[in-house]
Amino acid sequence: MSPSAIALSVIFGIVLVGSTAGFIAGTRHKMNLEQWTVGGRGFGLVLVWLLMAGEVYTTFAFLGASGWAYSRGGPTLYIIAYLVLAYAGSFYFLPNIWEVGKKFSMQTESDYFEKRYGSKLMGAFVALVGVIFIIPYLQLQVTGLGLIVNVASFNGIDRSTAMAIGMALVAGFVFSSGVRGVAWVSALKDVLMLFAAIFLGIGIPYAYFGGIGEMFTALANLNPSHLVMPGSTKNMGHSWYISTVLLTSFGFYMWPHLFGATFTAKSGNTLRRNSVIMPLYTISLPLIFFVGFASIMVIPGLSNGDMSLLTVVQKTYPAWFLGLIGGAGAITAMVPAAILTLTASTLFVKNFYRPVFAPSMTDDQVAKMAKILVVVISAITLYFAIYSSTTLVSLLLLGYAGVTQFFPGVIFGLYWRRVTLAGVFTGMIVGVATVAFLSLNKMDPFLGLNAGFFALCVNMAITVVLSLLTPMRANPFDDDAEVVAAK
Amino acid sequence: LAVGLIPFVAVCFSVPLWDRLYPMVLGLPFNLFWLISWILLTPLCMEVTK
Repeated sequence: MSPSAIALSVIFGIVLVGSTAGFIAGTRHKMNLEQWTVGGRGFGLVLVWLLMAGEVYTTFAFLGASGWAYSRGGPTLYIIAYLVLAYAGSFYFLPNIWEVGKKFSMQTESDYFEKRYGSKLMGAFVALVGVIFIIPYLQLQVTGLGLIVNVASFNGIDRSTAMAIGMALVAGFVFSSGVRGVAWVSALKDVLMLFAAIFLGIGIPYAYFGGIGEMFTALANLNPSHLVMPGSTKNMGHSWYISTVLLTSFGFYMWPHLFGATFTAKSGNTLRRNSVIMPLYTISLPLIFFVGFASIMVIPGLSNGDMSLLTVVQKTYPAWFLGLIGGAGAITAMVPAAILTLTASTLFVKNFYRPVFAPSMTDDQVAKMAKILVVVISAITLYFAIYSSTTLVSLLLLGYAGVTQFFPGVIFGLYWRRVTLAGVFTGMIVGVATVAFLSLNKMDPFLGLNAGFFALCVNMAITVVLSLLTPMRANPFDDDAEVVAAK
Repeated sequence: LAVGLIPFVAVCFSVPLWDRLYPMVLGLPFNLFWLISWILLTPLCMEVTK
């Protein structure tokens, strides 16, 4: 058997086990629309933890973080900081979101905006923006799948074909599993990733340098500026770091799939306790960085840094082990991709298509159309993945720049009575337009700041000023008619 | 809220103070050591079920 046949066989074996586990978990529960999307609102601490904390390990962390450690250096540290702060920050507002979500039977982020600001159009706009900015996040996972299959086949399967195979697997996984299936496969993914991170993060530096400290000493002698900001970039210094950490930590729970996952918890206190322990989940991430830093000296000169982890594994270990790491990476791409596809398709039909074009649609019709949308969204993502060459981390930052524009509307909606629909809607439109303008004209960073953060500041300012200038309406969240036990 | 602000200051706003290579601690660049420390320190700062 050739090395590529061995590696690919192991990868597809792991993917098959994961998909079967998801299918079994998914079919054990008869699912209506609410169960398909929010799991029947009955997930305890363990399942919510798996569903949310598992989000740390996507292709972004596995290939993207090591890729940026390889190609950019110091600026990669923002990833550790933003994850820790995103969890810490969620302690303060997630329980309140859960509380109003339960009170008004919300399933999605759009439901939140529609209820708080009394506008179906606002809910539809949030759904549309959410779906648009989920696409780069989804593209990230599919691109990662393509890299994995491409390297594991020793370039025998080209990237486009590999991505098409990956996207088909994801769509099949979504159809067969639903959210409960995905949550349990997420557990398998986390175990595999933890194993891969520990084994590679310690193994690669020891194999080539005799230890982690020795590896950093060698790199500090070779290229000391790579390890501090701005690293191997010209414009990712401290102001970029601070603005990017703030943008991404504020935006973490603005992703429609994570905002929606909030509603699956049993109580607000489950979320509060989760946010205390979740920062610990990032403890294995630096190990992934070590692989990228070591690769600089082991396999110098790669044109695509995102290939560094897989290439150094291919160079160091036998084919079956490359298959094992590739399989872990494939599951790591498939689980988030399934969650994102599931969220985007349901959000588009339920909160955009139905209220705008077909108000008489039943929940069953929404669920059927959402399944058709899975195929459409998969095809759009595949198109962008094949014809774009952006780095994995940059794709995620583009997504964050978009979804974080929801942040003022969410936070002011909870804690500032004076906020108005006109203020939030105008601020959000200008924020999204600013992101689009700066991104399309390649003006990121802008004035030394992350372009998404600059747009967020503009958005905030407009929201506050216009809210003070326009008449406020009654805040439905103030109504104490229904006492909820999350306090 | 004041307690929750501590990690924000430590790993975000104070970056000019700790973004340096030396002194290396436990073989790690100082900036990486600092951030890993705060992964551990942040959790310290931070009827329905029936």
